[in-house]
Amino acid sequence: MKLLYSAALGAALLTPLSALAHDTWLLPSKTVLATGQWVTVDAAASTQPFIKDHAPLRLNSDNLHITAPDGSAAEAHNLATGKLRSTFDLQLEQEGTYKIAVLFDSMMASWQEGEQRHRWPPRGSTFSAAGLAKQVPPDATKLRVTEMLRRMETYVTAGQPDNRAHKPTGKGLELVPVTPFNDLYSDEPATFQLLLDGQPASDQPIKIVADGLRYRDAVQAIKLTTDKDGRVIINWPGPGMYWMNTSLRDNKATKPATERSLSFTAILEVLSP
Amino acid sequence: MRLTPLGLCICAAWSLPSLAAQLDLSLEIPQLDVAEYHRPYVAAWIEDDSRHVARNLLVWYQQDRRNPSPNAEQGSKWLPDLRQWWRRTGRALDLPLDGVSAATRAVGVHRMSFQLDTTDQPDLAPGHYKLRIEAAREEGGRELIDLPFDWPATAPLTLNGQGGSELGAIRVTITP
Repeated sequence: MKLLYSAALGAALLTPLSALAHDTWLLPSKTVLATGQWVTVDAAASTQPFIKDHAPLRLNSDNLHITAPDGSAAEAHNLATGKLRSTFDLQLEQEGTYKIAVLFDSMMASWQEGEQRHRWPPRGSTFSAAGLAKQVPPDATKLRVTEMLRRMETYVTAGQPDNRAHKPTGKGLELVPVTPFNDLYSDEPATFQLLLDGQPASDQPIKIVADGLRYRDAVQAIKLTTDKDGRVIINWPGPGMYWMNTSLRDNKATKPATERSLSFTAILEVLSP
Repeated sequence: MRLTPLGLCICAAWSLPSLAAQLDLSLEIPQLDVAEYHRPYVAAWIEDDSRHVARNLLVWYQQDRRNPSPNAEQGSKWLPDLRQWWRRTGRALDLPLDGVSAATRAVGVHRMSFQLDTTDQPDLAPGHYKLRIEAAREEGGRELIDLPFDWPATAPLTLNGQGGSELGAIRVTITP
């Protein structure tokens, strides 16, 4: 029984974007293109960014949001889920910067009945307050309802970069460009601003990992902290793809949740000058 | 006012004969010992010291077909591979650009002349400039050569450069 339980818990952790030890990532084939061109994007969860060795992301029209430069929704083509990664294609029909976002907004409850710990809802089911009320017995202890708000983004540009697709929603952690997201060069520092519910997120730790982990011994993560205006300045160690992540917990949750778990991930390409 | 007296035109041209600055460029595309050769895409432009493009001189690339078959790849698809040119000017241009864009060229030395003062682009403002020449080749590499110069000049300027991979000898004369 014990083995079965841990297997079930393990399976629950594979739910898209809720993986604990596994980081999620998007990997666009190119980020700087001409109008009319196609890009293909891989999406997966793994312990090391960009290494396809664990699980795909289960992308669908509910969690995958592509914003075209004019603010309209762009369509993902050939969406497919493989064993180790999911993939989709996007044609850049307009000039400007496209925002590719994967959003995961859910709630999860946990409680204890005697010695037994419970989690709800199970994998693949959606949370509802009424459903939770039916599940939790009156003698349950340590009841915690957590709202999870996870946002992962990457950006691709046809022609000149712009920021029309980057209007913040004002919900959770978001990143806005000071340096355009698709105008990054290894010999120039880049500045971005982190927002929490639309306001500058100050003193927030940020972790950046470069691609190519398989070919070096140490992760060599870059650890930075946002300033009082939520800004962070990054000096890139070299050209390549970068995975950037920040997360925090607070209690500004939507009822019936009492706490909130937030994360933001950006995948950026830095070119050589 | 639209009709300028002809006499005045001649007079003005007569009194300011030295304004027509000319740039002569000799650019070598080297012969390469490779199994699969494609002519390089080449761009040349003049950039000021705040990285603004003062003059677009040339961009050689495979021109797009007028009526491409549905799945055909157009030559302009690879223009972003001229990374610096794309960033500084290419991505903002509506190609083809008259007098600037042209077909790719074969191995050899190519000589061209450019008028730096034209009716819509008057004299280069005084300052530090770089003539930048970038080449990128399918199945090959990419090379960027910078030739700095100061403007205005009182005597003809000669700039020499030597590529190491995608470009060969470059010789530039700017005559004020």
